[in-house]
Amino acid sequence: MRDELLSIIEKNSRIGLNELAVLLGETEQRVLQELEKLEKEEIICGYHTLINWEKTSIEKVTALIEVRVTPQRGQGFDKIAERIYNYPEVHAVYLISGGYDLLVILEEKSLREISNFVSDKLSTLDSVLSTATHFILKKYKDQGTVLSKQHEDEREIITP
Amino acid sequence: MTKELSQKVIDIKPSGIRKFFDLVSEMRDVISLGVGEPDFDTPWHIRDEGIYALEKGKTFYTSNSGLKELRQEIVNYIKRTQNIEYNPQNEVIVTVGGSEAIDIGLRALCNDGDEVIIPQPSYVSYEPCTILANAKPHIINLKPENDFRLTPKDIINAITDKTKLLILPYPNNPTGAIMSKKDLEAIAQIIIEKDIYVMSDEIYSELTYSGKHVSIASIDGMKERTILINGFSKSYAMTGWRLGYALAPKEIIKQMTKIHQFAIMCAPTTSQYAAVEALKNCDSEIEKMRTAYNQRRRYLLNAFKEMGLECFEPYGAFYVFPCIKKFGMTSEEFAQKLLEEEKVAAIPGNAFGESGEGYLRISYAYSLENLKKAMERLKRFVSKLA
Repeated sequence: MRDELLSIIEKNSRIGLNELAVLLGETEQRVLQELEKLEKEEIICGYHTLINWEKTSIEKVTALIEVRVTPQRGQGFDKIAERIYNYPEVHAVYLISGGYDLLVILEEKSLREISNFVSDKLSTLDSVLSTATHFILKKYKDQGTVLSKQHEDEREIITP
Repeated sequence: MTKELSQKVIDIKPSGIRKFFDLVSEMRDVISLGVGEPDFDTPWHIRDEGIYALEKGKTFYTSNSGLKELRQEIVNYIKRTQNIEYNPQNEVIVTVGGSEAIDIGLRALCNDGDEVIIPQPSYVSYEPCTILANAKPHIINLKPENDFRLTPKDIINAITDKTKLLILPYPNNPTGAIMSKKDLEAIAQIIIEKDIYVMSDEIYSELTYSGKHVSIASIDGMKERTILINGFSKSYAMTGWRLGYALAPKEIIKQMTKIHQFAIMCAPTTSQYAAVEALKNCDSEIEKMRTAYNQRRRYLLNAFKEMGLECFEPYGAFYVFPCIKKFGMTSEEFAQKLLEEEKVAAIPGNAFGESGEGYLRISYAYSLENLKKAMERLKRFVSKLA
């Protein structure tokens, strides 16, 4: 049940317990227990909403920043990652294989705020060697969901 | 013109679905539960291979029996899912949908006056194709108390000395019934004893919800007398690509290929290239679709239970087949009234044979949101009748 449960609520975290139980062919009580277990094990880490901010009046600029760093003895990249992710404006931090080490995703109200963060906070950290900042111009698909309108059902109404 | 058209064709009844379709197409804002094809788009990997084949100019005929690479992949697929060995050189033919395979299979096997046993309710083309092949349909009315499975007794009662073959339509459209290995073994014994052929239409083989599908050809002594039909329409959501196939002993494939060669030439080339990718790399996509269908299946059965609509639990295809006998209407009356009053289109069960009378075919090849809306309306309709 676990895998199927996760794949349903990954797409729809607002689904009711009753419906979940029906779709999974389980009792409500067993589904509830499993959900609680998943939360406790920190497999479910939150119930978020996917918002297309471009359609709102709220200004948001998203930047992807490639960061090259010097790993620290005994702590690898974890220490420096923590110093970065503790900033509330940092949306995500990933350790990356390849040409650079950390990918930092930043959400801010303006380009200026992002550039301030990079020049004042990020690049001045001791172990940061270099940064390269990319701005997102348009999101086509996010979290596995295409953000534009889905096409209509074009099938014949009745087929054998 | 004064000369008459073919009497054989004139005598064939038009599909029962057609009548209902004409009714539906005049109405607006109908929620349909009437389709026999997946709501998913063909997985992108497969579409991409089709596009790539076009870009590279692969736009010629293929060999009559289909691309060598595709025949090999089909044989591999049957080996890995059913553990049956076929020779890709001469025991497989790629056809224009499973429907062509049904047609040319019947034409390759039947002589005038041969009898073809057709269990119903089932897909609408078996009976007319049998007639077009100059054979005589012998209908078995499947019973609700057997959950519309085919039993040894059904077959024994139907077999005569003229019987040439049995059509085995499982997982079944429209009932959603499946045949387990045990069910198949029981009927295989009689089929072998009576020395008849089987045309096993397994187009919904990937859509089963209580364990994997078993082909009758995998049972000892059956491969040599079975035409196994399958295709890409349902499993890979590729209905519009028109691609199916048949596997059978080489003597049969040889005759089927002859008809195919003169009537069709070859299945669409773009579709064949795309299908290679489907068989090679899309098992996980099938799994995703199957999981979604299964959730909808459970949703519908639960909704029927809540509104007091009787329905056996079907474990295959993407149809449920609720019983509407208690409302004192025929299937057609019920379907028509449901359409007029609540604008929900479901197909009357008798469109798939007399034994479907008293039932309704409801397809769950729709999004859950769509099904929810439809079930609200159906519930309202049923509660008014009660």
